[in-house]
Amino acid sequence: MAKVTHSQKSCTVNPLKMSQPIGSALAFMGLKNCMPLFHGSQGCTSFGLVLFVRHFKEAIPLQTTAMSEVATVLGGLENVEQAILTIANRQKPAIIGISSTGVTETKGDDVDGYLKLIREKHPELDHIKLVYVSTPDFKDAFQDGWAKTVTRMVEQLVEPVPADTVRDPAKVNLLPGAHVTPGDLDELRDLIEAFGLEPVILPDLSGSLDGHVPDDFTPTTIGGISLEEIAGMGRSRHTIAVGEQMRPAAGALEKKTGVPYTLFDRLTGLEANDGLIALLAGLSGRPVPNKIKRQRSQLVDAMLDGHFHFGGKRIAIGAEPDLLWTLSGWFHEMGAEVAAAVTTTESPLLERIATDEVLLGDLEDLEARAAGCDLLVTHSHGRQAAERLAIPFYRIGIPMFDRLGAAHQTIVGYRGTRDLIFEIGNLFIASGHEPTPETWAYPEETGHVGEKTLAAH
Amino acid sequence: MSSLSSKIQDVFNEPGCGKNQGKSEKERKKGCTKQLQPGGAAGGCAFDGAKIALQPITDVAHLVHGPIACEGNSWDNRGSKSSGSNLWRTGFTTDINETDVVFGGEKRLYKSIKEIVEKYDPPAVFVYQTCVPAMIGDDIEAVCKAASKKFGKPVIPVNSPGFVGPKNLGNKLAGEAILDHVIGTEEPSYTTPYDINIIGEYNLSGELWQVKPLLDELGIRILCCISGDAKYRDVACSHRARAAMMVCSKSMINIARKMEERYGIPFFEGSFYGIGDTSDALREIARLLIERGAPAELMERTEALIAREEARAWAAIEPYKKRLTGKKVLLITGGVKSWSVVAALQESGMEVVGTSVKKSTKEDKERIKEIMGEDAHMIDDMTPREMYKMLKEAKADIMLSGGRSQFVALKAKMPWLDINQERHHAYMGYVGMVELVKEIDKALFNPVWEQVRKRAPWEETTWEERADAALAAEAAALAADPELARAQRRAARICKCKAVDRGAIEDAILAYGLESVEAVTERTHAGSGCTGCTGTIAGILDGIEDWRPAPSAEPAKRAA
Repeated sequence: MAKVTHSQKSCTVNPLKMSQPIGSALAFMGLKNCMPLFHGSQGCTSFGLVLFVRHFKEAIPLQTTAMSEVATVLGGLENVEQAILTIANRQKPAIIGISSTGVTETKGDDVDGYLKLIREKHPELDHIKLVYVSTPDFKDAFQDGWAKTVTRMVEQLVEPVPADTVRDPAKVNLLPGAHVTPGDLDELRDLIEAFGLEPVILPDLSGSLDGHVPDDFTPTTIGGISLEEIAGMGRSRHTIAVGEQMRPAAGALEKKTGVPYTLFDRLTGLEANDGLIALLAGLSGRPVPNKIKRQRSQLVDAMLDGHFHFGGKRIAIGAEPDLLWTLSGWFHEMGAEVAAAVTTTESPLLERIATDEVLLGDLEDLEARAAGCDLLVTHSHGRQAAERLAIPFYRIGIPMFDRLGAAHQTIVGYRGTRDLIFEIGNLFIASGHEPTPETWAYPEETGHVGEKTLAAH
Repeated sequence: MSSLSSKIQDVFNEPGCGKNQGKSEKERKKGCTKQLQPGGAAGGCAFDGAKIALQPITDVAHLVHGPIACEGNSWDNRGSKSSGSNLWRTGFTTDINETDVVFGGEKRLYKSIKEIVEKYDPPAVFVYQTCVPAMIGDDIEAVCKAASKKFGKPVIPVNSPGFVGPKNLGNKLAGEAILDHVIGTEEPSYTTPYDINIIGEYNLSGELWQVKPLLDELGIRILCCISGDAKYRDVACSHRARAAMMVCSKSMINIARKMEERYGIPFFEGSFYGIGDTSDALREIARLLIERGAPAELMERTEALIAREEARAWAAIEPYKKRLTGKKVLLITGGVKSWSVVAALQESGMEVVGTSVKKSTKEDKERIKEIMGEDAHMIDDMTPREMYKMLKEAKADIMLSGGRSQFVALKAKMPWLDINQERHHAYMGYVGMVELVKEIDKALFNPVWEQVRKRAPWEETTWEERADAALAAEAAALAADPELARAQRRAARICKCKAVDRGAIEDAILAYGLESVEAVTERTHAGSGCTGCTGTIAGILDGIEDWRPAPSAEPAKRAA
């Protein structure tokens, strides 16, 4: 339905996009006892680190190979080796997740080759897994880096299973996209467990970056999915993927282990969640628990109460493709119109979005298109634009650095959708202007007999 | 690149930097960049440093030439405040793609400048170089020159790609860029004998405005602050100031010194953090201005203002004294400014632990700096358990530090106050110090601490109790086994830069009879990196009697 266009500007103004390597690093942060490592200059790491610290308000494990100018030109074998040895000695992780950056990709460092050499030279490191993902900064965007990394995890960490393997009837794999928050994951876990099923979540940010006070002390990631759990994902009975970006990972898992998958391109909205609940009921053979039936009913009521405020509203959204798809689909269902849509990277979903045009662009583009809209929806960097446009602003996505609780923003499930209706509906209500005697006065230039003319008599 | 590397050499050879002058010829050549350890490094790059230094110039378009990571991951994240234009908060980047990497990004850069000039019409465009275009050989200086000519507007190249070094180097390269291309290019519409520059102040949280009213009252005009709340024209005219204050941090020393050299503007190093420091700085400004021809009565007015403001500040702090007396503050900082708050903390009755400082004399300040380290990374590596142990051993009531360590402190349920770059409160001048004491009081006496430290009803023990038990067990094991205690003491990493353990330092001291920190550094290289550990080394030397192994030959000697 939508025409997908690319910005023709040379200069990106007020970026919406974030780079691929930090999407990759975030995926690694959903593994237990992991140390994410950037192969690049120290600034590449420091920017990503600061961004996540400000978003999650947590200490973030992220290291760098600290490439200097000279090392960059000569190649980074020594730096990668030294970084791995240092991390192995200091933080003693079970896995080191390595992502490349623009610097090392421009040089063309063969990190796969390096790792082979390092493995040969250091048998003492055999107990540490090394997963490498190529993520140049000058290509693709945040969600691509996340998706590629999860695919690599599946390829390298999941154990193949024999064809006649006995699957665990209770185990269900869950592959969430980069837009799924720790709060969303908690909600999905609750739903899956309500049917007596056990979710195996890859990557699992709900245990690592959900903002909690840990019982124990570790310099690597806290919480997250363990390597043993990942290895055993081939023995689950089914895989649920959330977001189109996860199709390659779900496909790779099916190809490797034969576990079939169901992909939900979104889990915000009534119909989308009906699909999930039906699947879970089918998989478990259990009836839908009363708790969930009540949640559905509450959502339906919220939609009825809320639609008054959503109907006819014009929405401007800036988000990565899967989040854009989720939000625009849901707004459409609530009777609002997506008047401006800007995104960061390619996706098969873009042309199916219910709007005229989807632009791969920046927040300057979004701001220009949002003139006359009733709501701006994007990450925290939209704050300046919303102020200039003087319209309400709903923050969603990474980074969200000027509000508390980014990790717990929950928009999936019946409950998450219900709360989203309340939050955004309340924004509309709060921004409604009190009428004054002048509100409905005719503009003077129309020549109508307005109040002023009458007053003159 | 050759011009860039000679620029870096030039910046490293800073005669205004005492530390640099203390180095040997060979060491100086190596510059102040310590070799980063892969897998063990933290902190920003040279591009980050350059951007931080110049970004507060408010009406300029700051264009980052590079892939999306450099600007996309980091824009609009600084707390500088502007009294005018907010253009500096708009993120501009060329966001180069694969094609640009293959064919070169110069064209895209040129077109980007054109778009910015057409749409935003800023007084100038600053172009920041980053690693990838530097590698592929984009000549930003040539592009800036061409664009400047074409559009009739200053387009300033800031050549400081990330991989040439750390943040600190980037600060200096940024300084070079404005020295070369901006300062002295325009003339102020009028001058007064009371014109000053403030160099190295970024107006974070609007702090400059805590001091500006004082200067206004004295009739002193800030001709230009480099770079907090500055406009392009201010910087271009700044060469007409009569005197300059360099805010205590070496990051922009090259600007202060070169402006003295080129334009005869004398400068002093000062700080507006702390009550005493603020008064000293005001006096120093008055003195320099009088030296340069301002009427001598300026000093009398300055002294009167100082007396009035100091009395006001102390009166405002007085009510807190009762509550705060005896409270222990653990001060850990990665920022050079923060040591100057020590005086205020002490004057409000608090005790600063982790240092042996009693009074805030000049030497003591130097010593705090030494103890804290110019760039203390130690806290970043700490686990919450270690942090807990440290806080417990120091018997601290509150921790003041910067940046990321906050989460470790908070998880250890320790009151914490941000005194670094990202903080939201302004602590400068007299009012700022009162504000700081107020904030500490607020943090310390917040009832939340009592709440969060309570154990959950189902919990047998809290983790603090478990940690205490573990620490006690550890201590008991050490007490029972002197050999283990010795091994553990010797295994402590003293110099992180050069990876030197305490054992190696002890051995060298005994083997060669070393008596000074310099001698230890020469033998073991410990302390030759960031020099943050020289205080610790001095402590090892001072405490030699505590750890020197009891020599078995001693009784024999005595017998003889």
